Amino acid sequence: MKCTFIVYRFDPAVDKEPRYQEYMVEAEPTDKILDCLNKIRWEQDPTLSYRYSCAHGICGSDALMINGRIELACQKLVRDFKTANNFVIEPLPLFKVIKDLVVDMNPFFEKHRTVRPYLISDEDPPEKEWLQDPENQKFFEPALACILCGSCTAACPINRSNDKYLGPAALLRGFRYVADSRDTATGSRLAQLDNEDGAWGCKSMWWCTDVCPKSIPLTKSIAQIKRLIKEEEKRKTAGS
Amino acid sequence: MKHQFDVIIVGAGLAGLRAAIELGEDTSVAVLSKVFATRSHSGAAQGGIGAALGNEEEDNWEWHMFDTVKGSDYLGDQDAIEILARDAPRTIYELEHLGVPFNRTPEGKIAQRAFGGHTRNFGEALVKRACFAADRTGRVILDTLWEKCLQGGIRFFDEFQLMSLIVSEGQCHGVIVYELASGKLHTLHSKAVLLATGGYGKVYKTTSNAFASTGDGLAIAFRAGAPLEDMEFVQFHPTGIYKLGILISEAARGEGGVLRNNEGKRFMELYAPVIKDLAPRDMVSRCILEEVRAGRGIDGKDYVHLDLTHLGEEVLNTKLAEITGFARTYSGVEPITEPIPVQPTCHYMMGGIAADADGKVITDSEGTPFPGLYAAGECACVSVHGANRLGCNSLLDILVFGRRAGKEMRRYIHTVGFSPLPANPEKEAAAKIATLMESNGNETGGPIREELQEVMMDKVSVFRNRSGLTEALEKVRELKGRYQKIAIQDKGNCFNRDLLDAIELDYMLDLAEVITLGALAREESRGAHSREDFPDRDDQKWLVHTMFRYSKEEGPQVFFKPVTITRFQPKERKY
Repeated sequence: MKCTFIVYRFDPAVDKEPRYQEYMVEAEPTDKILDCLNKIRWEQDPTLSYRYSCAHGICGSDALMINGRIELACQKLVRDFKTANNFVIEPLPLFKVIKDLVVDMNPFFEKHRTVRPYLISDEDPPEKEWLQDPENQKFFEPALACILCGSCTAACPINRSNDKYLGPAALLRGFRYVADSRDTATGSRLAQLDNEDGAWGCKSMWWCTDVCPKSIPLTKSIAQIKRLIKEEEKRKTAGS
Repeated sequence: MKHQFDVIIVGAGLAGLRAAIELGEDTSVAVLSKVFATRSHSGAAQGGIGAALGNEEEDNWEWHMFDTVKGSDYLGDQDAIEILARDAPRTIYELEHLGVPFNRTPEGKIAQRAFGGHTRNFGEALVKRACFAADRTGRVILDTLWEKCLQGGIRFFDEFQLMSLIVSEGQCHGVIVYELASGKLHTLHSKAVLLATGGYGKVYKTTSNAFASTGDGLAIAFRAGAPLEDMEFVQFHPTGIYKLGILISEAARGEGGVLRNNEGKRFMELYAPVIKDLAPRDMVSRCILEEVRAGRGIDGKDYVHLDLTHLGEEVLNTKLAEITGFARTYSGVEPITEPIPVQPTCHYMMGGIAADADGKVITDSEGTPFPGLYAAGECACVSVHGANRLGCNSLLDILVFGRRAGKEMRRYIHTVGFSPLPANPEKEAAAKIATLMESNGNETGGPIREELQEVMMDKVSVFRNRSGLTEALEKVRELKGRYQKIAIQDKGNCFNRDLLDAIELDYMLDLAEVITLGALAREESRGAHSREDFPDRDDQKWLVHTMFRYSKEEGPQVFFKPVTITRFQPKERKY
């Protein structure tokens, strides 16, 4: 069947302003949106740029705005949309456009680095594995589904007014290490997130959770950080 | 632009990252990748990583070694397989100490599950050997190692395409790369280069592999003089989603899933009475196609059912969450209540750049090293997988041998200085790009790539024979001819995918030719290489590694390398 794709185009070498270009694509209902973009590029217009790799929602390359909503192009099929086979494809919001649908993700990864996204332990590891309560692993397991696609952070309304706000993805990684029983830097991690650019920046608007292509409970995870910060405070007050 | 590092690592999947970590903070290391590091295809590994930890039941490394040797149909080199199996437990504990969030047993140890071809006591029954984090094992290890590299201040060149190796007087001392964002070439001068560029499943039409899996590192090393080994051995994973090839992990069968034909019969009971649905992948893929040929495919078509309905919602939504989602999204099937339509999909390449167990690229059957050039991971052939890789041995391979390559390079760089760069090292790469960009030929890459993928799928996949392979070889050579006339329509310098597609296609054509030549040469059936005209394994003649050397004038030249056999003499392979 025939589908119309209206695609955001911007080539900094040529264009002063972004523009939209229309393509007709012959697609099956079961085609992914990524398949359709590939058809445009391979059959009509090889100058169109976008990122992609695994094509099944695990590498996190192809988060885009599809019909005004943030989605992975490889995880949405033509039949998933009730828009009479019309599609508008735009780059992720919030980030600077490099070319067409390719955006600069560096600020996103810079924030990711600041949460110290690695295990910190002041204990010497045992000969075998550290024992970990399976309930503890389950507690932070939802956070492990993150593919760093940037959808949540691009959707977050707080990020638009406060560019220092860590954003849901970095906070989720923060939560993953705060919650891991093997990590001994919990106190300093919580202290780092205990401010308006950290966990308290989140106003529980749920936009991140709503767009997450891996169905991660982001808002709840950030709320867990807030709860743990309060518990840590109580413990400190009780101790002093 | 010029840069200098002690070591350049090409590829930011697990082999590359593990090597980078091993090189340590006192070595200057750059990791370059054509996709952002966390987009590397190691992240798509689902089911697990094998190690005889014995956390769930009795196990030992020697059983693991035997299973791997038998799984390889006795073509794997047993000295290397011994290293793999012995080093596996240490590798897992090391990952755990770095923070990899493995699933746990009730006592808090690393949980383990059954996987294809992994048995107790030399084939007696299945054993739980695969350590896992739900069905996103590769992804969480990739994230953990990448973040460890960030902590260590490793320099990443993300979105840089490898163009060529800098080789002079038989020694490698750097690479030329193309920056996607700017269209500029960079010279990276080094004492050692590690190729860790992964697989090349994109040579086939139906594949679980990423778009980036085009084998760039292999083709470039090949042209620079490194031989390719055992390229005819291509693994088709039995359970790709019908028509799409997206992987449904073997863990689905490890957790108890079964394959059924159109009569609802669990057909693997007939073919592999002991371990049934968890027979090795080469066998299960052949069995599926045998069922289809016998008219027992679903609705008379070329697929069967993977039935997970008896596993229960809890297992599917937790231990198999990703694949349950894939089935829902892409097949429109609800795995809790309906079977998933599956068929074999090109998944893994046993062959690769000939390398030794320390990652050194070798140039002949005596193991003479290519100074300064290393390879690890799927792009390398050590060979631990021989004619067929067992599930959950690839994550293990890339971590064990990635680390060993890192160790060896660390030793090597202290024994040599920086060799002077040749004059104008970027010349060849610049000329290649200019030729493509300025060509006014009448071909485009798209149709050539499609025809290549189709012929490889039709003639060089699970079952092969001389006439089909000969046709495929002719076709690949015709496509190579047409490739000389392709023109690039995108003339820009910023994220020019048109140009990158053309560059990758060149590599895929080279590799397809070698795969087909190897398959034609090997007149026997062994592991994943199944010749209808030579249905038996022939140890007298073919218990050898196939090697191909590049020759510009005469095309790839074949020679052979002996297989190392230590503990286990070849026997008939039954499960």
